[in-house]
Amino acid sequence: MTELAEKQSAPAALPFLRFELAPILIFAAFAAAPAFASASGAEGYVLSLLTRVMIFGLAAMSLDLILGYGALVSFGHAAFFGIGAYGVGILASHGIEDALIQVPVALAASALFALVTGAISLRTKGVYFIMITLAFGQMLFFLATSLAPYGGDDGMTLATRSLLGGSGILENDFAFYWATLICLLAAYALSRAIVASRFGRVLRGTRENATRMEAIGFQPFRYQLAAYVISGMMAGLAGCLLANQAEFISPAFMTWQRSGELIFMVVLGGLGSLHGAIIGAAAFLLLEEFLPEILHAGSFFLNDDIRWRLTENWQMVFGPLLILIVLFVRGGIMGLLRRGHHG
Amino acid sequence: MILANAIGPFRRATGLTPHRCALAASKALMTATLFLIQALNGLQFGLILFLIAAGLTLVFGVMDFINLAHGVQYMVGAYLVAAFSAWTGSFGWALLLALPTALAFGLLLEALIFRHLYDRDHLDQVLATFGVILFLNQGVKFVWGAAPLSVPVPEILSGSVQIADGLLYPVYRLAIIAAGLFVAGLLYVLVSHTRIGMLVRAGATNAEMVSALGVNIRRLFMIVFGFGAMLAGFAGAMVAPILSVQPGMGDNILILAFVVIVIGGIGSIRGAFLAALLIGLVDTVGRSFAPNLLRVFLDPSAASQTGRALAPMLIYIFMAAVLFFRPSGLFPVKR
Repeated sequence: MTELAEKQSAPAALPFLRFELAPILIFAAFAAAPAFASASGAEGYVLSLLTRVMIFGLAAMSLDLILGYGALVSFGHAAFFGIGAYGVGILASHGIEDALIQVPVALAASALFALVTGAISLRTKGVYFIMITLAFGQMLFFLATSLAPYGGDDGMTLATRSLLGGSGILENDFAFYWATLICLLAAYALSRAIVASRFGRVLRGTRENATRMEAIGFQPFRYQLAAYVISGMMAGLAGCLLANQAEFISPAFMTWQRSGELIFMVVLGGLGSLHGAIIGAAAFLLLEEFLPEILHAGSFFLNDDIRWRLTENWQMVFGPLLILIVLFVRGGIMGLLRRGHHG
Repeated sequence: MILANAIGPFRRATGLTPHRCALAASKALMTATLFLIQALNGLQFGLILFLIAAGLTLVFGVMDFINLAHGVQYMVGAYLVAAFSAWTGSFGWALLLALPTALAFGLLLEALIFRHLYDRDHLDQVLATFGVILFLNQGVKFVWGAAPLSVPVPEILSGSVQIADGLLYPVYRLAIIAAGLFVAGLLYVLVSHTRIGMLVRAGATNAEMVSALGVNIRRLFMIVFGFGAMLAGFAGAMVAPILSVQPGMGDNILILAFVVIVIGGIGSIRGAFLAALLIGLVDTVGRSFAPNLLRVFLDPSAASQTGRALAPMLIYIFMAAVLFFRPSGLFPVKR
């Protein structure tokens, strides 16, 4: 706990400019990427990969809001992904295809689910909290697998992307990319504002010591619950986007493994910095995408059969990589960058 | 016949004609038979869950260590039995070989990875053991291929026995129940009536104090860990002949085992045992009877649909309810 506190106080001590450089660079890179995508020749592929990166970045950032700033290890965050995605899918299958209706409904559903499950989960502490959020996530997963009219186990293909105010502009990959970027930027700005506000300070205080916060007259439960609801809604928004990006919804969006991956993205990027979560999501997805090829290229000295098997089973490298990062890289990628700055 | 005695009061209570009573009774008999089968299946499932949860709850209780990779030990146990039984041609030999191998494998993982995580916070433990899952799920694919393996039911335990009128039940499943009960008994004796068990219980209550009293706590951790891994491996080995052995088979059962230990109270073997049986029964019986029960309130088609949706969620609803009323489980270990 003390170590976490030190890690947190570090950036505040740095000059304001350096502290704000990372997010500016990230968003500049996202904004510049479409131009490079057109130049690369495989623009469909690059755009869809980067859109996925931003969507998972949004979800990971929402998790960072409660995990990094509230120390609430939610192991069921993928459930909100599912609520967002199924919100879009279910409404679309009933002919309501406009995002202006779908998104608010999905967000309301996410908020409601977060409010109810959060109120129950926050009664528990530590490991029990991890497990009860996992249980709620599993509940929703099984509910989704039993929704036969909406594809059940197999999921459901969406006929089109959502309309935006009646126009089909989101069908265009560039337009959808920009829409996702705007969502991410807005969510980031909102999260930054929340973290910097009095509310955010109370949340951080609760993370450090809930008893003391109570002693000076705050009710940690309310703040944690509010943060949980906000975080759930953001992840729900990411779910809406994911359904549109994939043009497909499936219970696989909310497996507990997916929740684990979200936690991993946050920790990989660095807890409690918001943009760290985006970097973590990017690193995770890009590694997942390119590790097979890196392995293939890197194992040129092996014979073809072993080489092929290694490429096929890239997760055998991915898993240990994960363990090594946890064991040896404290503070994630943001931590590394910060240490790099100090020399 | 007991049934005949039951029809009288049933008829008086419902006012149905004798013929319709007989029909209802035969339906009730079928339901009762089905219920018995499901209850036995639930018991068997619960005992398997207990074998996995026992190791998990001890590791969790004694070392305060969240081991997501515990489900993988179960998968490894199943794969070992599949490999050894293909090699030796006998399930018995395969089981005898698989148990020490599972133990050795557990100890290897402990020495290589988990030992370095005991002092870390829960988040790091969750992540690192998640990495172990990714690695081993893929690892078994690498070694044995992605296609499910099947293990033949041992000759001596194949076939079914008649345990009631018109009720045949596979011998092998009964053997699993017997083995599960035997191990549960053994574990009870071990934990409550031996010195090492006393140390484990003491460790679950306050590991630091035990260490201060001169017990080599790291060695105790290792023993508990290896033993837990072997139990999970044993569970995997026992179910190998009735399930298909495939990568990722440990993932879902791991979550159920966590549900069990959280409901039972972390660190409590007794809690794990009761919770495992409860979960096994609720899940198995719920899946086959939820639609029927709902028919009391809803029309049949709605009932069957809601029932099918509700059944897999039952245990999680149950867990949420337990934690709502008792935030540290049914049998919290006193600290």
